[in-house]
Amino acid sequence: MSWIQNKFEEGLIVTSLDWALNWAKLNSIWPMTFGLACCAIEMMATGASRFDIDRFGAGAFRATPRQSDLMIVAGTVTYKMASRVRRLYHQMPDPKYVMAMGACTIGGGPYFKHGYHVVKGVDLVVPVDVYVPGCPPRPEALLEGLMRLQDKIRHQTIAKTPEVKAKEKVLTTA
Amino acid sequence: MAETILESQPDPLMDWRKSDGDGEPDFGDVRTEEMLVNMGPQHPSTHGVLRIVLRTDGELVLEAIPHIGYLHRCAEKIGENLQPYQYIPKTDRMDYLAAMNNNHAFSVAVEKLAGIEVPERAGYIRIIMAEMNRIASHLVSFGTYGLDMGAFTPFLYAFRERERILDLFEAVCGARLTYSYITIGGVTQDLPDRFLETLAEFLDYFEPKVDEYNQLLTYNHIFVKRTAGVGIISPEDALRWALTGPVLRGSGIKWDLRKTRPYDLYSRFEFDVPVGLPGGSEGIPREVRVGDCWSRYFVRMQEIKQSVRIVRQCLEQIPDGEYKAKLPKTLKLPETEVYFEAEGARGQLGFLVVGDGSAIPYRVKVRGPSFCNLSVTTQVCRNVLLADVPAIVGSIDIVMGEVDR
Amino acid sequence: MTPEQIAETLKAEFDGAVVDAIMSGGHPSVVIAAERWHEVALFLRDDPRLRINFLRCISGIDWLERGEIEAVYDLQSLRPAGPGELWSGDNDVAVRVRVPREGGHIPSVADVWPAADWHERELYDMFGVVFDNHPDLRRILCPDDWVGHPLRKDYEHPLEYHGIPGTTEFGQKSPRH
Repeated sequence: MSWIQNKFEEGLIVTSLDWALNWAKLNSIWPMTFGLACCAIEMMATGASRFDIDRFGAGAFRATPRQSDLMIVAGTVTYKMASRVRRLYHQMPDPKYVMAMGACTIGGGPYFKHGYHVVKGVDLVVPVDVYVPGCPPRPEALLEGLMRLQDKIRHQTIAKTPEVKAKEKVLTTA
Repeated sequence: MAETILESQPDPLMDWRKSDGDGEPDFGDVRTEEMLVNMGPQHPSTHGVLRIVLRTDGELVLEAIPHIGYLHRCAEKIGENLQPYQYIPKTDRMDYLAAMNNNHAFSVAVEKLAGIEVPERAGYIRIIMAEMNRIASHLVSFGTYGLDMGAFTPFLYAFRERERILDLFEAVCGARLTYSYITIGGVTQDLPDRFLETLAEFLDYFEPKVDEYNQLLTYNHIFVKRTAGVGIISPEDALRWALTGPVLRGSGIKWDLRKTRPYDLYSRFEFDVPVGLPGGSEGIPREVRVGDCWSRYFVRMQEIKQSVRIVRQCLEQIPDGEYKAKLPKTLKLPETEVYFEAEGARGQLGFLVVGDGSAIPYRVKVRGPSFCNLSVTTQVCRNVLLADVPAIVGSIDIVMGEVDR
Repeated sequence: MTPEQIAETLKAEFDGAVVDAIMSGGHPSVVIAAERWHEVALFLRDDPRLRINFLRCISGIDWLERGEIEAVYDLQSLRPAGPGELWSGDNDVAVRVRVPREGGHIPSVADVWPAADWHERELYDMFGVVFDNHPDLRRILCPDDWVGHPLRKDYEHPLEYHGIPGTTEFGQKSPRH
């Protein structure tokens, strides 16, 4: 969305457009099939019969990063895997979101102290939008994380941000 | 019979892949170039973070080299820094689809080392949990194997029943996936009220479902075509590569530690050990050969029924009493070692525990069954079609947490 | 055969190859001199009395105080019993091969039991023991450019790998040794 962002002042048209864009975005978050470890089984359970992540429009698990909006990092990231996680993140098209699922991706989890080969948090590798704690998180927790991500998307706007406005002000006065 | 098993049989299905005698497959006048294809670590049908480098010639895979270690979580290093009680949660996370079986194997290993007797009720509870978790694990295997073969529906069916098993586990210990319920000297807490009745109700509900699965996937014509006669592991190869569990039994070798080396209370129960049978036998499609993907898959489906049988016998026999042996808070391990193997959901799960007189083991070695089973991939994925590779890897049913530990 | 009998057989067959036989404790084992290990392994596999065809596991143990690394091979022979019957397993024995911590060499048995292939690679990765004549001796779990052999008792955790920080507060030596 970068080509349209930061071009308009806030107004009736822009906020209506924001609403429509965000409505479309937040109801069709397509996650990537990206299971690393134990949490991936809970991610599968979230997609299966009882919990049914499709209710939130996020059930279309894509096998390729090129088609997905959301990377759910489900499981322990190791040093050997870290570069692959980063590469997959860069292959995703904008706008893209990352959810850190489980204690290992938040900060190493049970492998923090003696895990010489475990990255102590996936936020050292890629930027993270939502953290879902638990070891592993229950499917309900993952759904809650998804809703928090939807909240985040709901408040996005294409209007000029205060920072951009301040910058412009400096430029015009100078 | 036993000798005939060991003789490798000619395979008419593979004949078209045979050539004019130079050992290379013959595709007529089609000339292709060799290409290296990276499958994984992010790939929907590698069951986790396995990476297989395939040397392909057109549709044909000439060589498949697995690269592992993308989930190496230092389990053995952690084992020599924590007390056995503290290590049990880490065993959960090795084979995370059958965590109870891992708890069980490690607990029995430490009990053998420290000479601990388990109360009878605890023994029964442990076997109920281990067998229920075996069912849950085989259900996931069934569902994801369907996914690998392009059938999405079995996955939903399998998870429907699995959720009910997880409900039972949740009632027992509060966790859905990583239980840490079976512990050294017994289990962490007694069964909740009305648990055994609920379990009996579940078994009555569940048993007919297995036939439903068979109708849905096992005898499905497309599924049989995709898996029968593909990825044959001969009995000799199975022994040479030290395969265990359903993969070994799929090759026609009747070897199950629960029967052949009974540990805990397993000698008290009656159950069969299903093995792979040649095509045309009762209930086996004509195209099937001993040791192919379909045999391995079908062994798992039959094992589900046998596990139900064992749990039913447990329900009849389970006595009242203590659920855990009286143990000191810190358990001093003697200056000796023990190597113990238990029959996990994927094969023989071994623990070597070396004590040095302190409360912390000097060394813990884990023999992950998936690690050994996966090592046969290079041998099997030779001159197979590209589409057969997911079928073969899926039928070996690996869990990367256990391969990399 | 019991482990004692296997130890006696090996002593009779190979002069000086059997260094020790540890029969007490929960893990009876025979200690074999490293340089003779390959021929002993071939004998174990091919001798009609033994026919050990199943290599269950290879474990490494780092004995820091003794300055030795020990490879423990758990072996077994599986045999068919009759049509439709359970196979029988016997000749359970563990073989230990001891090498010095620095510059240890063990002959590979991957040609005797192919199952040894990955186990030996793991031992090389985790302990730094070199297996002679191994078909493909590379690191298996850690990345190729990993520094050190993690399961050695004096291993120090990495502080950084390819720009990703490691354990800083806890980046001390493993607490026990």
